[in-house]
Amino acid sequence: MMRLPPFRHYRPRTVEEALAIMDGEGPEAAFLAGGTDLLPNMKRRQQTPRVLVGLSGIAELRGVRGDSRTGLRLGPMTTLAELVRDPAVRAAWPAVARTAELISTPPLRNMGTIGGNLLIDTRCNYYNQSYEWRRAIDFCMKKDGRVCWVAPSSPRCWAVQSSDEVPLMCVLGATLRLLSPDGSERTVEAAELYADDGIAHLRKRPEELLVEIALPPVEGRRATYLKLRRRGSFDFPVLGVAAALQLEGELVMSARIAIGGVGSAPRSSPEAEAFLRGRSLADEETIARAAELAARPARPLDNTDFHMSWRKKMTSVFVARALRELRAGVAATALV
Amino acid sequence: MAEGETAMQPAAGASGTTAAAAAPPPPSPRRGPPAPGPDSNQGNLDSHLRPPEALRVIGQPLRRVDALAKVTGVTRFADDLVLPRMLHMKLLRSPHPHARVVAIDTREAEALPGVKAVITGRDLPIPYGILPVSQDEHALALDRVRFVGDPVAAVAAVDEETALAATERIRVEYELLPPVATVEEALQEDRERLHERTAYANVHKAVSLRFGDVEEALASAELVREDLFFYEGNTHLPLEQHAALALFDADARLTVWSSTQTPHYLHRALAKVLAPLPASRIRVIACPNGGGFGGKSDPFQHEIAAAKLAMLTGRPVKICLTREEVFYCHRGRHPVLMQVRTGFRKDGTITGMHFRTLLDGGAYGSYGVASTFYTGALQTVTYRVPVYWFEGARVFTNKPPCGPKRGHGTPQPRFALEVHLDKVAHQLGIDPAELRLRQLQPPHSLTANHLRVGSMGLRRCIEKVLEGSRWHERRGRLGRGRGLGLACSSYISGAGLPIYWNSMPHSGVQLKLDRSGGCTVFCGSTEIGQGSDSVLATWWRRSWGIDPFAIRVVTGDTDLTPVDLGSYSSRVTLMTGNAALEAASRARALLARAVGAHLGVPPSRLVFAEQRVFDSEEPERGVSFAEAVELAEARFGTVGTTGSYTPPPAPGRYKGAGVGPSPAYSYTACVAEVEVDEQTGIVRVPKVWIAHDIGRAINPVLAIGQVEGSVYMGLGEALMEEMEYRPHRRLVHKMPSMLEYKSPTALEMCEVVTYLVEDPDPNGPYGAKEVGQGPLLPVPPAIVNAVHDAVGVYIDEIPLHPHKVLAALKAKAEGREPRYGPARFPPVRYPAPLEVGLPEPTPAQPAGAAALAGTGGGRRP
Repeated sequence: MMRLPPFRHYRPRTVEEALAIMDGEGPEAAFLAGGTDLLPNMKRRQQTPRVLVGLSGIAELRGVRGDSRTGLRLGPMTTLAELVRDPAVRAAWPAVARTAELISTPPLRNMGTIGGNLLIDTRCNYYNQSYEWRRAIDFCMKKDGRVCWVAPSSPRCWAVQSSDEVPLMCVLGATLRLLSPDGSERTVEAAELYADDGIAHLRKRPEELLVEIALPPVEGRRATYLKLRRRGSFDFPVLGVAAALQLEGELVMSARIAIGGVGSAPRSSPEAEAFLRGRSLADEETIARAAELAARPARPLDNTDFHMSWRKKMTSVFVARALRELRAGVAATALV
Repeated sequence: MAEGETAMQPAAGASGTTAAAAAPPPPSPRRGPPAPGPDSNQGNLDSHLRPPEALRVIGQPLRRVDALAKVTGVTRFADDLVLPRMLHMKLLRSPHPHARVVAIDTREAEALPGVKAVITGRDLPIPYGILPVSQDEHALALDRVRFVGDPVAAVAAVDEETALAATERIRVEYELLPPVATVEEALQEDRERLHERTAYANVHKAVSLRFGDVEEALASAELVREDLFFYEGNTHLPLEQHAALALFDADARLTVWSSTQTPHYLHRALAKVLAPLPASRIRVIACPNGGGFGGKSDPFQHEIAAAKLAMLTGRPVKICLTREEVFYCHRGRHPVLMQVRTGFRKDGTITGMHFRTLLDGGAYGSYGVASTFYTGALQTVTYRVPVYWFEGARVFTNKPPCGPKRGHGTPQPRFALEVHLDKVAHQLGIDPAELRLRQLQPPHSLTANHLRVGSMGLRRCIEKVLEGSRWHERRGRLGRGRGLGLACSSYISGAGLPIYWNSMPHSGVQLKLDRSGGCTVFCGSTEIGQGSDSVLATWWRRSWGIDPFAIRVVTGDTDLTPVDLGSYSSRVTLMTGNAALEAASRARALLARAVGAHLGVPPSRLVFAEQRVFDSEEPERGVSFAEAVELAEARFGTVGTTGSYTPPPAPGRYKGAGVGPSPAYSYTACVAEVEVDEQTGIVRVPKVWIAHDIGRAINPVLAIGQVEGSVYMGLGEALMEEMEYRPHRRLVHKMPSMLEYKSPTALEMCEVVTYLVEDPDPNGPYGAKEVGQGPLLPVPPAIVNAVHDAVGVYIDEIPLHPHKVLAALKAKAEGREPRYGPARFPPVRYPAPLEVGLPEPTPAQPAGAAALAGTGGGRRP
């Protein structure tokens, strides 16, 4: 079987303790949330931290507070399974709960956390492989090598943003609170946290700890997330379309669209959002045009499941379907 | 009393084959109306599972003898085994698709504390391979590696981490060779050859067999249709990864426990490679397999290397492969390109067929020669093909070797043939079901390629699925994006010939009765999850009326059990069944004589039932089964018998006739319903109706489980499964993991309505035929035909990726040929055809009794 490399494991009880350990251990240490991604990656030697600071014992990082009027505050160690069934989340932002239900499999949702999902590593067919496999291709830029095999002449890594909740958090305008070992604290807009680079995909220092995710008050907005993947369970998204609209009847007052799985960061489309503002979704032409605009920044490459040009084609199809779903007001996050 | 009867009875001269050969041919098992057996339907399980009258065991949904252990996690698979002082083994594998091994330096690895031994190809220089004609593998690369993942060295160490660390300290110097990535490259003469012995270029095997004047038949046909198809390669994906444990004891005896489907063949390979260790000192024990599907039917490198390391270190050596390594073992479905050219009359009946195949075999022979013949063998057993020409070729490429996967070599041509017929039906305006029903191969007949068909329940199968799916009302009328498709198929119930030429039985059973009233059955067959242990236990209950749980089943142990060739080619129920029945009837005769003498009644009046042996005329007069055993033991000495089974001789006498013959053929018909999203090209399969002619369902619950499992696997092959490689990145496997090798989950699984059709075959035990593999075959073509019904395009290659469907829809919208599939068949230098000619009598007319002579071996209740 595949073996984990040796590491030391801490299980602090408070955020302060966790940050202190991180401060002491330095860059060889990593936070461990649910472990559903990090531990398999360690078996494949994609990541090789010497020290893991497990967060599961920190009670203050769990749970959901607030409601649709005040907005919600999610503890990052809330498991995805808890998020799926949380009444406050389901009442305020049902798309968040339904999206959590689209992640991986039931057993992994019992371990995986919302914080872990938002900070999950980017993925690539050339990277999510064993050490021996990667050695056969002389490794890749993201780990141990120099070339990005997806686009060998490219100076950057093209690993794919693969969290389902990230595009949704971006369109909801969620904010993330980060604490540093030196005591400093900052709050960032979700959309600002992600950078379009497969390696440096988070604008966050490794020692910073995500301590809270804040979802804004609902204020009449509706959101949805459509996921494209091969199977109804288990798979990471190869395309994820999140959309949030403020509607008066079928008239769009404001729109936000973010697309996951088609680049190293979620792709937003200010053009599509601006185009939609003040237009009616009753007009299929509007939906088609917005979908085409929103799909433009999508750059799927040959490093996930499915044919890449087909994934590109599907981007506008899925944006259109998301807009139609929001127009209908049927709160159903379609499984694909 | 004869002395000879007291001990294990020799089987010689008493096997069913010779005994029945002289007997008059049995009458057709079909008497009057279609088989009266229970047509089982999931929707109405209880009523359909009621056994035929007078059979209280056969046809009963009995609980499996191994069920409790399996569901409570008690079953010990190979990786669960632990021995004192056990070492762990790791293999170093090649990172190159094609290279010469120039030098290997293991000193640094050997110096690592905890490492006990390191071996390389030089320690195991003798080649081996499953087929006698393809002895082209080495346990560890001798001088050349042929795919990324080919093992080069093996380490035994005190734990897995140390063994792994040691493999990283082995220095291998390679001289890189240009890899052969594709079939087209393999056909080119100027490419580096993977093996010295080839037909030409990297063509491993090329064959051409002609049965009758095909060109004349095509020239005189009213319609000739030619189509190209491609079936992508895919792998077995058993849940259990291969594992092996080897022990070399103080008496210089080697024992290997392994997750193997074929302990006998592994035994032979070990004896060859580990020479001069005699075969009599090697014992192979097949552990229950957590799924096999054909993927555990070859002798594997890790089994041989673990054995060698156990011999060198004197300590037990164990390995459980990683999932990635299982992908490198592969031996899965061959990718096959196919060209089918058929002549038809206006009524849709076939006048002659020319079928060409081209297989990408990967790096080694494995079962490939047999696989190649199988791509041409079974086209003839479903519909009348008066004259037939088959050309097949298999090439070597620098990828993990292909081999047998559920359906071995036949799902690919079946896919082509069934879609081809659907196209012809549309072209001629004939209902595809009607087109098939018009030309079914008759029961008890010979085919153009000299295969003897026995019972043939395909008509009934087609009728069942048409009725279940309401075909005539619903086909073509389901609305936009929805459709129904039909396909049929047939499969062997065990290969008629063994892998290595010999005239010994294919299956042997010994049994021992003891004074407790229990008995132990010894058989070389292997439980791979299909329920063979249970079926084995069933025969005794039927013969003696004793509880199957009083029967100990000892299987798959080359020291303890007589040879059974293994759990492959759907052979176990028929072959071990016949052997078991023979052993049982012999033991029954001994017991009846002893009890008859004791009670003073003729043995023929005795009944074995309800754990008793009693007088049928005075049922209260009798003894318990245990007492019957005591009486027999007192009279004859220790009570044990044997039984064995050899398939009837195949009628074909030409070179290549070894592949295709079987004691009996199962038949399947399938209707699939699909939903096609025309915007995305995504195909969903909500429901499948499938009818399988099983001859006789020994245990309908197990049989339905096999049908559903086959549908699942066929669905995966049709919709998503594929072995993909990166031709420009060292030919690495694109995604050797369970996450990224896409196989359906429970959510993608369709609803399945199963009908078990029972058309008993004279060669099957109680008429039973196979069910483990055949029901997979019609699923992919039924789905493709349903897609055509739904949206009017043919996808002539699987898997049915959505981009292919969209491309075909686009072609249709633009007025081009509404299809997606291969555009050309590369020029292959097939040999000049071997003009076999047609058998006598010709297959056009149903063969009479003459065709049935020598079909003994079967036994009817």
